[in-house]
Amino acid sequence: MINILLITFAISLIYIGIANRLSTVINILAVQGIILFGVSFIELIQINTINLIFILFETIVFKTIAIPIFLNNVIKKNNIVREAEPFIPDFASVVIITGILLGSIIISNIIDVGHVRKMFFIVAISALFTGLFIIISRKKVVTHIMGYLVIENGVFILSLSAGSTMPMLVNTGITLDIFVSVLVLGIFVNRIGNTFEEMNVDNLTNLKD
Amino acid sequence: MLVYYLIISFLIGVATVFNRNQTFRIVLLALFMMVQTSITIYAYLHIGADDLVYFKYDALGVIFMAVLTLLSFTTIYHSFVYLRHRRDNSRSQSIFFAALIMLIVAMNCVYLASHIGVMWVFVELTTLSVAVLIYHERTSLALEATWKYVFVCSIGITITFIGIILLSFGMGETVQIDFSFKALQEQLLVVNSSWLKLAFLFIIVGFSTKMGLFPMHTAAIDAHTAAPPPISAFISTTLMNVGFVAIFRTYSLFAHTVIQPWMNQVLLWCGLISIIVSAAYLLKVKHLKRMSAYSSIEHMGLAAIGLASGGIGYFAAIFHMILHSFVKASAFYQIDQFHRNFGTYIISETGNYFNRNRAGGMVFLLVLVGIIAMPPSGLFITEFWIFKAMFASSHYIFLILALLFLSFCIYSLTKNFLYILFNQTKDLLPSEEKTVASETWSQYFLLALLFYFGINPPAQMIQLIEEAVKYLP
Repeated sequence: MINILLITFAISLIYIGIANRLSTVINILAVQGIILFGVSFIELIQINTINLIFILFETIVFKTIAIPIFLNNVIKKNNIVREAEPFIPDFASVVIITGILLGSIIISNIIDVGHVRKMFFIVAISALFTGLFIIISRKKVVTHIMGYLVIENGVFILSLSAGSTMPMLVNTGITLDIFVSVLVLGIFVNRIGNTFEEMNVDNLTNLKD
Repeated sequence: MLVYYLIISFLIGVATVFNRNQTFRIVLLALFMMVQTSITIYAYLHIGADDLVYFKYDALGVIFMAVLTLLSFTTIYHSFVYLRHRRDNSRSQSIFFAALIMLIVAMNCVYLASHIGVMWVFVELTTLSVAVLIYHERTSLALEATWKYVFVCSIGITITFIGIILLSFGMGETVQIDFSFKALQEQLLVVNSSWLKLAFLFIIVGFSTKMGLFPMHTAAIDAHTAAPPPISAFISTTLMNVGFVAIFRTYSLFAHTVIQPWMNQVLLWCGLISIIVSAAYLLKVKHLKRMSAYSSIEHMGLAAIGLASGGIGYFAAIFHMILHSFVKASAFYQIDQFHRNFGTYIISETGNYFNRNRAGGMVFLLVLVGIIAMPPSGLFITEFWIFKAMFASSHYIFLILALLFLSFCIYSLTKNFLYILFNQTKDLLPSEEKTVASETWSQYFLLALLFYFGINPPAQMIQLIEEAVKYLP
């Protein structure tokens, strides 16, 4: 079951590569939140209720509900054109993301992953690099936040596969930090929308020597 | 004690947000500084004690806490000066000071954290609070700098978190892992070296966003350019100390494992490339604040090299960070005055500053002596020790390259500072307002500390630094 969920997650990464509309990307992020809830639910079923509530909160409330609504608001408020505007064609994106998946499979075979379940490692690493790839290859500032969220999802999977967990308090701090940084980034997107006419990274090249 | 500190600071911060009265604002900040000073004194008197489960008053933390407290006084004073001249409305002043209080508290907690996860949380908190301060001037440049800073730091801190998870991979699933520094140090001894290397690389790359070390130094440079000068002083000193403390603690974690020689190589390369990068950019820099920022990168490179060289290098690296904090802070406070005098930061549009503002010009001259590590500057002693450590650990090629590129840095800094101070070939507009000499007193005080500590470092400080490096190989 976990493997099916993880593979669905990996497929959703490829889908992000060809998603042309921003709302599609946001929907994929929401679906990823649900998948992560499923994975962590199966993983931690024997652990106490507090942990369960915490994970429910982190995946469903944050990743599936709060952040997508917030991002949709940001897009509506700034009248962002609903296309993702990648620098490179969709086909190339799919090829590159597939390459990333393949690469992470090879990497996890080369370094001795050992007791860490290989599937988790592969999906987590490919989510990390896909996120970075999305940040590099997209023009819009909002898509950068989405790339950052994909990276965060990868980190979440990686921390699930580590087996041992951080203390509750630390975990809460980490979740809150991530949530707040997304909020802060969103606020700055709004500011960028007010200051510049178009919200492209081309506007952000004035600081140089 | 720490819990009271956090609660009281939080209350003062909230009160600062809603307060619109200037007198009451000064009272609140004075109150905060009293709390900050008392926690520092308390920490010094209780070295080695744990507090609030995840914090510990250890020697390294207390040293940098003391530096932070000292610089908080001057930064708050210069922030008042800066805001008075900008004539900002009361609301934006309130937000400014509330963010400043949050930043100081977050940095304090990073210094004291004894748990790698807690440290992570507070490092991220410093990013978020300093973002508000960088964006204070509300210009499009400030917006760009803030966006880049928050984004790069968030990615960086995520990379660090991956490193921390990778550490736990190496230890196996079955054991319950304790992520406090003390327990981790013992647990790491049995971990496979390839996991350790991977984890170290991720953690060091992530924290280098904060320290301004080579792989991720760019964010800090842009932030310096756009931030208000008193805040640049903080970014360049205490916030870089945050990165240094994080890297130092990570280094001490790994120092007893098999990867220690490899780790030294990595840090040496990071340090050397930082120096090369700063030398290259300093040669063509046009903006005074960017110049100071690149000079900070150079000093961070030296500190990393000191850490990697071992022996007296550990001691020198910490001492270097402390003294660098004093000189760079006074430089940035003076840059604020400089900006009010000329209305620009571009070096080629200025000149003859020594005659226009004698007190401020004198500060720049002393800063120059301090920053290029010319005796009697305290940085001369620490750089001498760092090079001695490199010599002792037989990193001759690194030593030669570092000295070579350091001379480029010294040339560029001297050229630009002397241009600002003494160039009389241009007809400049008279300064818009009379600069007040009394605003430079705090800068002279910090510079005096720099020179005094170089000649006669206080025994308590030496003792603390020795305590901090005691367990390193």
